[in-house]
Amino acid sequence: MTAPRVLIVGAGPAGVRAAEAVVRGGLRPVVVDEGDACGGQIYRQPPAAKARPAETLYGADAAAARALHADFAALLPAIDYYPRTLVWNLVTGAGQSGPGQTGFVHVHDRAAGAVGRLDFTHVVLATGATDRVLPVPGWTLPGVFTLGGAQVALKGQGCLIGRRVAFLGTGPLLYLVALQYAKAGADVVVVADTSGTWRQARAFPGLRAAPGYALRGMSFVAQLMLKGVPILRGVVPARIEGTDGVERVTLRHRGGEKSFACDAVGLGFGLRSETQLADLAGVPRRYDAAQANWVPRAGCDGRTPRSGVYVAGDGAGILGAQAAELRGARAGLAVLADAGGRADPAEAGRLEAEIGRWVRFRRAIDAMYPVPVQMLRGLAAETVVCRCEHITLGDLRRVAANTGAEDANRLKSFSRAGMGRCQGRFCADNVQELAAFLHGAAPAAMGTQRAQMPIKPIPIGDLLRQAPRTEPVLDEPVLDEPVLAGEAE
Amino acid sequence: MIDSVKNPLPSRVEIVVMGGGTAGCSAALHLAQAGRKVVLFEQRLCGGMASGQNYGGVRQQGRLEVELPLSFRSRELWDKMEKIVGNDCGFRRTGHLKLARTPEQIASLEEWAVMARRHGLTVTMVTGNELRTQHPYLSEEACGASFCPTDGSANPRVTAPQWARAAEKAGADVREYCPVRALEREGGGFRVTLADGRSTCCDVLVNTAGAWGAGLAAQLGESYPEGTLHPNMNVSEPMAPVISANFGVCGGDIYFRQTGRGNIIFGGGRGVGDRDRLWSRPLAEVNLRQARAMLRLVPGLAGINLIRSWSGIDGMMPDESPVFGASPTVPGLFHAFGFSGHGFQLGPGAGAVLCDLVIRGETPTDISGLLPKRFL
Repeated sequence: MTAPRVLIVGAGPAGVRAAEAVVRGGLRPVVVDEGDACGGQIYRQPPAAKARPAETLYGADAAAARALHADFAALLPAIDYYPRTLVWNLVTGAGQSGPGQTGFVHVHDRAAGAVGRLDFTHVVLATGATDRVLPVPGWTLPGVFTLGGAQVALKGQGCLIGRRVAFLGTGPLLYLVALQYAKAGADVVVVADTSGTWRQARAFPGLRAAPGYALRGMSFVAQLMLKGVPILRGVVPARIEGTDGVERVTLRHRGGEKSFACDAVGLGFGLRSETQLADLAGVPRRYDAAQANWVPRAGCDGRTPRSGVYVAGDGAGILGAQAAELRGARAGLAVLADAGGRADPAEAGRLEAEIGRWVRFRRAIDAMYPVPVQMLRGLAAETVVCRCEHITLGDLRRVAANTGAEDANRLKSFSRAGMGRCQGRFCADNVQELAAFLHGAAPAAMGTQRAQMPIKPIPIGDLLRQAPRTEPVLDEPVLDEPVLAGEAE
Repeated sequence: MIDSVKNPLPSRVEIVVMGGGTAGCSAALHLAQAGRKVVLFEQRLCGGMASGQNYGGVRQQGRLEVELPLSFRSRELWDKMEKIVGNDCGFRRTGHLKLARTPEQIASLEEWAVMARRHGLTVTMVTGNELRTQHPYLSEEACGASFCPTDGSANPRVTAPQWARAAEKAGADVREYCPVRALEREGGGFRVTLADGRSTCCDVLVNTAGAWGAGLAAQLGESYPEGTLHPNMNVSEPMAPVISANFGVCGGDIYFRQTGRGNIIFGGGRGVGDRDRLWSRPLAEVNLRQARAMLRLVPGLAGINLIRSWSGIDGMMPDESPVFGASPTVPGLFHAFGFSGHGFQLGPGAGAVLCDLVIRGETPTDISGLLPKRFL
């Protein structure tokens, strides 16, 4: 057996803890991360010129953020770290990779504007999550940001998305970001939650799985109320309006409509896993009805049905940042056990018990803040569903009526929804829901849009430059003669 | 069209078409319009394999001489697409420029042009300077080209499904997610058994099963040397309209066009795949070769983002021409498969010719160079 080469994709909470476990076991992992610095989205670090105290940036999470950053800094001599680097392709499986390796990834080094290959025997996909976005009439106006985007602006660039900001959606992040904005000096005009008071109260006892976090969530709400921020629950978003940008948001609440003047909107309905690399690795997916999206099939230890491929953190189904650290550490131990390193079985058991607690907590959170997919059915025809290609709900309805919509991929082919720059990362779940609704079937029965490389856009010219510290993608000189092949069409 | 409720099959139909690519759907449409009772079985979704995974080239230029009559027959249908299937399938007559990068290649283009003229197709030679005047984004690497003004491109993702809808409207019974498992001769005709065990009998069997065509023919005792071809396709983000023609090169290592939406689609070279698992994938190594070849010709595209690559599964014959025509050994069996990576333009015409053969036993289109007997 050749020496294990462990590759970790992502340097957020899961990736950092996976790397730490692997290093402790005596191996030297490669860590590839899109960010300029470790921390992922939740513990994102601002550029040095905009550095601020952890308490300002991360609030109640400051200690966790500081610990993660410090622990990763301590790991640096023991790992090979590739920041500002996107993994855009993953190849694994028989006949597709050379002897002694499980597979390889292709990376894009953003700073160098170049690509390269990194081989692995074991890969941990700690790819994190993005916002789950549901379209609201007017959501493509300038000034509408996702909740995550609003947080990136604040943490990364130290700026606000607007002066007078409305927060709309559901989930714990809704209240957290609203509070962070209120503390940073924004005028938070409303926090509008699509989940109702009764539903939240009913699921609340389930939060005892993590009482500390339940209390924290309550304190966010209390602090917002103390600051005089109106909090509405059980709303139905009606529309976001304005001419050149956001001017007002209108909500249906208790049988009436309420409008709030604002210059920006933070919008988000929970999170969705980034699963493209797991998909390319051939990891089967399962439909998570509670979170209304597809997640890779994996055990609590991060092992997937594909040998040598592990998933950890929110990329493997949303459980939150605290669980992500535990899941990263657990996946790291699984890698060690499988790669012949030193792993402590007692530690693995302790981690799994802890993760189990977060699974129970998340069940309660999912019940409190369900993704309001039924909202999609009541949208006005002119609402944009796919923002890259500007495809409206009316377009989708027309396509479904004229050509049928028995399959999400067929709806995509005929409508172009999901065929733009984001390749469906933000709309594919909604297109699938709509296809199911228009066809009268279950969303999981509608097929899914397949991930393809590159999983995010890369400039064509960058393909011709080789990134430092990588193997070449193509084992031949870049300036050779054209390779002959039959002309296809 | 998706046969999710597993509707019972008729115990007997006149004609079964196996394979819902453009050729099969066009055959079903033409036969249904002629009043014949047709069932089409497609293993997945119509147009989901080679017909939908290709570049979208609607090209006569550069073809092997044996394919030209079929290509011309098809070309007439592309002009009438809107009328035939109620949708233009994204067809745009942009012209096709085949670029030469050496004087020898110019000579080969001239030779091809002379042959094409004999068949009545006009292509004109273009000098390097003329090329760069008309297409200022081209580099010095292209030293000449031949131009076929009647060529163009279309949207492969919608073409076969549109033909399938039209076939349905004309009375054909189109069944998706119905893979054929077994074929037997029975009475004077055939028994067709699906993977789920349902079966039906028919007098005529049309094999338009693409990369799976030889596998089906083998069940009736005919052996064809059909390999597979997996294209390596790419699409960029949309940009302002610049590239007006459909471009190919001598050697075939790169071809590119810009869609009406503004995306650059480019291909050339092969991905990998496995027809038994219905699995295919593009290769990043090939993307690099394609990017290199394309940027040498159009350096200005370097800053455009690649957003997706894909592959597919097509049948590949040793002489790169389809197996086309009545079976030489089994009466009532007709083949049109193994289009070898250039069947998209031929699909509509292939269906029309199959209809001729099934109904009249002959066709005005010269397919003498494509007949199945050359392999048996």
